[in-house]
Amino acid sequence: MSSEYAIITKDLAKKFGNFYAVDHISFEVKKGEIFGFLGANGAGKTTAIRMLCGLSLPTSGTAQVAGFDIYKENEKIKRRIGYMSQKFSLYDDLSIQENIRFYAGIYGMSNTYIKENTTRLLEKFHLQKEAKKMVGELPLGWKQKLAFSVAIFHNPSIVFLDEPTGGVDPITRREFWELIYEASSTGITVFVTTHYMDEAEYCNRVSIMVDGKIDALDTPTLLKKNMEVEDMNSVFLKLARKATRSDN
Amino acid sequence: MIRVEDVSKTYVVGKERTQALSQIHLEVQEGRLFGLIGPDGAGKTSLIRILATLLLPTQGQAYLNGFHTVKDFKEIRKIVGYMPGKFSLYMDLTIQENLDFFATIFDNTIEKNYHLIKDIYTQIEPFKNRRAGQLSGGMKQKLALCCALIHKPKILLLDEPTTGVDAVSRVEFWNMLQQLKKENITILVSTPYMDEASLCDEIALIQNGFIMDVNTPQGIINTFNKKIKAIKYTDMLLLLNELPLDPEIQDIYAFGEYHHVILKNETDEYNWHEKLKLKYPNIEIKEEKASIEDCFISLMKNQNIAVS
Repeated sequence: MSSEYAIITKDLAKKFGNFYAVDHISFEVKKGEIFGFLGANGAGKTTAIRMLCGLSLPTSGTAQVAGFDIYKENEKIKRRIGYMSQKFSLYDDLSIQENIRFYAGIYGMSNTYIKENTTRLLEKFHLQKEAKKMVGELPLGWKQKLAFSVAIFHNPSIVFLDEPTGGVDPITRREFWELIYEASSTGITVFVTTHYMDEAEYCNRVSIMVDGKIDALDTPTLLKKNMEVEDMNSVFLKLARKATRSDN
Repeated sequence: MIRVEDVSKTYVVGKERTQALSQIHLEVQEGRLFGLIGPDGAGKTSLIRILATLLLPTQGQAYLNGFHTVKDFKEIRKIVGYMPGKFSLYMDLTIQENLDFFATIFDNTIEKNYHLIKDIYTQIEPFKNRRAGQLSGGMKQKLALCCALIHKPKILLLDEPTTGVDAVSRVEFWNMLQQLKKENITILVSTPYMDEASLCDEIALIQNGFIMDVNTPQGIINTFNKKIKAIKYTDMLLLLNELPLDPEIQDIYAFGEYHHVILKNETDEYNWHEKLKLKYPNIEIKEEKASIEDCFISLMKNQNIAVS
């Protein structure tokens, strides 16, 4: 495999009964790239992400994530990736410090590493005084920004973000994307889903899944140009409307 | 119609006091589609629950078609259809059973008000014997709307019906609301998606328990009295890092493909353009109209409401 890529899939498929949730998808994600993974509800995004994270075995096809095979080396994959979503991020009833300690511990980071980087992280967010505060007391936007930083605390090759900014106010939403840019500039590959189409514009490349297949994959600029529309929202609507299946 | 007078809500848990709503005033005329726009934690659900007679305000009064939300709660429950943010139908009843149940408790039948739900119901009818727990998000949303409508309410309260729903289904849902307006139903709908604002007759922008502005979507945009420049460059991140230091710029933030720049009033536009082009060759600069999201960002920053 070429070291240029963080993710390579070929004919990756997942079948439930007679139903192809993911229908033979082939794509590559470059290292350090911000890759938008879009699709309507039920298009197969979650199933695809679960396979790439090593949580679910494919029915057929091949894929390598962070250089590891998703069939044989899924435990190694789990160590080399980070994950956060809107629904699942930090534990509300643990303090900020405890959350960091817990996640870093799970990923097997050393005590010295945890100590040093916790200080660095708290300083970055000016949260030194709040370190012992329960995460549940933080405003949502703060919680999500912190959750992202915790998801990349162990310096993963790839971070998977599943609708990380849902319901977040417009200013904090932008601050969140600045964190994404920053992570990407340090070489972390960002694989992100979102329902906000302006956020699709912030990605280096975007794929759009329709009925289990990848229907389009390109830079936002070329997607718009090729489909002769003004913005990503129109690109998305044009493609997703063709869908014959919904999330039933 | 809906009238909210000086409503505040404070939650007290132990020693912690959380001010969810601060002196809210609102008026929604009959037959209007009114949008409550704001992020999570802004107070949208608290306000809707007060209107639905499910929560007592700490202070202030609210009326729905003249009925007081506390004193006349029984009357209000007859005329209100309410769709909570969390799916609250019976998971172990089928689509048809859920609908039947809600019609019956309002002493109604599905047949009597079928015309109200027909367009929506026909989309889920093929699955009418499926249990609600087995339905997809989009179908649950449609069933919940049918159940909220089956007693022919005069006022519909919808708490974030499009959250987590994809762009295609969101468009469909708003089309359904437009259809319902023709029945002269007053609709109050909350959403965190700023781009849905333009689909409402009138909107309130809400943040941290405060209503920052109430107007028609166009009215809100018209009060945005600063010029916006949209800029695009090969290295967008560089602009975001360097331009906040430019003394002629009041604000800069990412906005999809472009960054939006708000210049200080005293800035000479022409000179600024030339300076920018010199520093960033081939930079694209164009005039941009304000969107609701620009207004929201500006209001948040102006009113100095803590973002954190």
